[in-house]
Amino acid sequence: MNTFVGLPLERLEDNRLLRGKATFVDDIMLEGMVYMAILRSPVAHGRIVRVDLTRAREMDGVVAAFGGSDFDALPKIPLRLAPVEGVARFLQRPIARDKVRFVGEPMAVVIATTPELAEDALELIEIEIDPLPAVVDWTTASAPSALLFEENNTNVTARYTVCEGDMTKAFTAATYTRREVFYCHRHTALPMETRGLVAAWNETESRMRIWGSTKVLWFNRKATAEALGLELDQVHMLGTDIGGGFGVRGEIYPEDFLVPFVARKIGRPVKWIEDRREHLMATNHSREISCDLEIACSREGLILGLRGIVYGDMGAYTRTNGGIVPVRAAQFLIGPYRIPALEFDVAIFVSNKTPVGTYRGPGRFEANFFRERLMDMAANDLGIDAADFRRINLIREDELPYSTGKLVPYEKPFIYDTGNYQAALERVLEAIGYDRLRDLNGQEIDGRRHGVGLTCFVECSGGGAKENSRVVLENDGTISVHTGCSMIGQGLETALTQLAADTLGIQMSHIRVHNASTEDLDEGFGTFASRGAIKGGNAVVDGVKNFIEEITRFASEVIGRAANDLQWKNCAITAHDGTVLYDLPELAKHAAARQRVVEANGSYLSTDLTFSYGAHAAYVAVDPRTGAVEVLDYYAAEDIGVAINPMVVHGQLIGAIVQGLGGAFLDHLIYDKDGQFLTGTLADYLVPTATDFPKVRGESYGEKLASTNPLGVKGAGEGGIVGVAGAVANAVAAALRPIDVKITSLPLSPPRIWNSITDAANQVSSS
Amino acid sequence: MTDVAIGLTVNGQPVEVSIEPRLTLATLLRRHLRLTGTHIGCEHGVCGACTVIVDGDAVRSCLVFAVQADGTEVTTIEGLARGEDLSPLQAAFQKHHALQCGFCTPGILTTMHALLNEEPNPSEDRIRDVLSGNICRCTGYLPIVEAVLEAAAAYRKEARS
Repeated sequence: MNTFVGLPLERLEDNRLLRGKATFVDDIMLEGMVYMAILRSPVAHGRIVRVDLTRAREMDGVVAAFGGSDFDALPKIPLRLAPVEGVARFLQRPIARDKVRFVGEPMAVVIATTPELAEDALELIEIEIDPLPAVVDWTTASAPSALLFEENNTNVTARYTVCEGDMTKAFTAATYTRREVFYCHRHTALPMETRGLVAAWNETESRMRIWGSTKVLWFNRKATAEALGLELDQVHMLGTDIGGGFGVRGEIYPEDFLVPFVARKIGRPVKWIEDRREHLMATNHSREISCDLEIACSREGLILGLRGIVYGDMGAYTRTNGGIVPVRAAQFLIGPYRIPALEFDVAIFVSNKTPVGTYRGPGRFEANFFRERLMDMAANDLGIDAADFRRINLIREDELPYSTGKLVPYEKPFIYDTGNYQAALERVLEAIGYDRLRDLNGQEIDGRRHGVGLTCFVECSGGGAKENSRVVLENDGTISVHTGCSMIGQGLETALTQLAADTLGIQMSHIRVHNASTEDLDEGFGTFASRGAIKGGNAVVDGVKNFIEEITRFASEVIGRAANDLQWKNCAITAHDGTVLYDLPELAKHAAARQRVVEANGSYLSTDLTFSYGAHAAYVAVDPRTGAVEVLDYYAAEDIGVAINPMVVHGQLIGAIVQGLGGAFLDHLIYDKDGQFLTGTLADYLVPTATDFPKVRGESYGEKLASTNPLGVKGAGEGGIVGVAGAVANAVAAALRPIDVKITSLPLSPPRIWNSITDAANQVSSS
Repeated sequence: MTDVAIGLTVNGQPVEVSIEPRLTLATLLRRHLRLTGTHIGCEHGVCGACTVIVDGDAVRSCLVFAVQADGTEVTTIEGLARGEDLSPLQAAFQKHHALQCGFCTPGILTTMHALLNEEPNPSEDRIRDVLSGNICRCTGYLPIVEAVLEAAAAYRKEARS
């Protein structure tokens, strides 16, 4: 019986956050703590001739300074995901040794008694770098005038092809084909809290404690222990409040090895807090993918085949996420559509830019843009309405479960389990008023051209097979729940409390869900790919069920009656007639008296993924004189199965849409041809502010529950972002269709739109 | 560098402190006074996370030297709640789910508190305008605007009495 699950309850985490009483990593202050600052490469590609730390070491307040060779004991940053053959040859050392390969790569570190003095000392380090030609795109990477890794003799880290169905047949049978090259620009998550770490080595206990790690604490602990030459139980990762994750935070970065290594070396706690400029050049970038895509259709608009090449610019090194971004981009090109023949060639390469990792909806944001844009071009060429084109091609409910085939070399085929894709599209069409708006496509109203655009999507969640939990009776009679999932600001603390309270049949105030910490749980996994509710939720329910058995067993011991004479009911151990024998505080007292910890472990193990799905629609007005786009209305619908807290998931949806609108229109990490980084402040790197996108609507609903987990949840963090670029690009293209403007690349910023309009006008006048 | 002695009022409490003149008000609050609710998001005056109220005005504490705050009255996020109770603005944020990770929230609350004290009846456009100096990556701003519109009623009531 659910009392709390399904209710839009106010969040438990809010109270401390609203009062300024939360503890983020920079709020950790330890006795004797010193501060690290990092000297980063000012050039994109070059050989290190000299790093002279002499003057920095002599400065008052400086505790120590270290250069590349001081860290030779440390291994490279390990691969965690997507081990596509070849990518492991391009891993990053935590600090540059002989070469620098991107602007922002660590070259030396200074430790001082204040952060300001540490930064001052960076100015005293003398460096000399012999510059090399920079690789900045596929053209320069594939015609290697410069190799990032000479020993690998190529800048292409991996190349593979996946195919399903008979492509020759598809293109022979097709009466219509079209091929276009699309580009999704480099941008990233930009959480409001930059990264940071505090590491403290306790010589007496021979133990390292680290604050500031998140996402996948147990992987990070293992990697850090191995890097430092310590046993697993000598290293602990402690949870703190987190100022936004979105995929980029919590992976092993160079600093995750440098900070604890130095803390141990100098025997004092070390704090490193990334500043915003560092963040923009050192935290993972994402999204930079181009795609040469060709579609084959019948005259009636049935898609017969889709083939193409996906080019993934990974920046200078393979980081923990391996090849996942281009891998997922290729995999999600199929989307929610019945496409009998698929063939994708995936080319993953390095360039002299910041390394790439996952950002909310990795590969999906990009793939949905490529495919949905090409579908709109096809629909228009064939004279079919954009919504009808999708209706014809969406996988029908009676075709589910539907196997996409094996679209990733190292994974099994995806099986879309449950859904009603057409119904999601119809919801969105109805809500945005599509039938009325499509008549405005291309029309000029008060000087601006209007357009409506669509995107349908499938989103997979819940990767990472296992999650764990531990449920403990505390001395005061409350119940603590520990999980391997980090709370990254998305409301998981509240959602897991709702689940635990319903499983126990008690009030939420009796329960405290703790942030993930390796000191509280022996084994755990983490928070990514919208898996918190799926894997964490099911693991917590399992742990609580085991806890009910355990506390009943303990009560039977205390009372001296058989366990099956007792039951857990109304927050107490009762007899079968309902007589209350012991409540929680009483049991806690007995446990304390016997020096017993009443606790139970739980886990959830499944390699099956969940597949949420939905549709997005955007209605825009484009000013042809300036290229500025106003989003007049936006609507997205996503079937997420069970919503544990509808308020929280609605917040995820709306927030993700606006973040995606930023990705489509504003956010842009720009490099020049020499690989110099041009967007190192928030005055250069723009993200949405309160005046940019005031009209955004949507619904997260539960029509078809997930078949692959007991709770029926599908994950709710990413569906709001994955369809945005496709929908707004289609809307802008629909608005500008009468003046023959082709939209194939992002961002849809005013100068770029204006250029496209001018190019189109010039073509008309010259022909 | 020689420290400079300053005196100011923080959340109603008098504070006397000696501080290096190059350090910011944000550093004074966070490191010296351990008021860590004020967050540092960019240190170049764009994101608004570090906003505090100085003599009634919303001010970016990363752009003000601590010594410039000598003699002022400063209110930080820690000074907004009324004892055990959340302030009407804080309560409206919770009700409307106007925060997720909460890192930008202190700066947004102080900015909106200063606005509503001056203008207890702002339009939605006016709220968005003032809010546009604060970056939030989680919420998309819509619930923040709703929360501020609702909380404004409490400020109007206070202004009348």
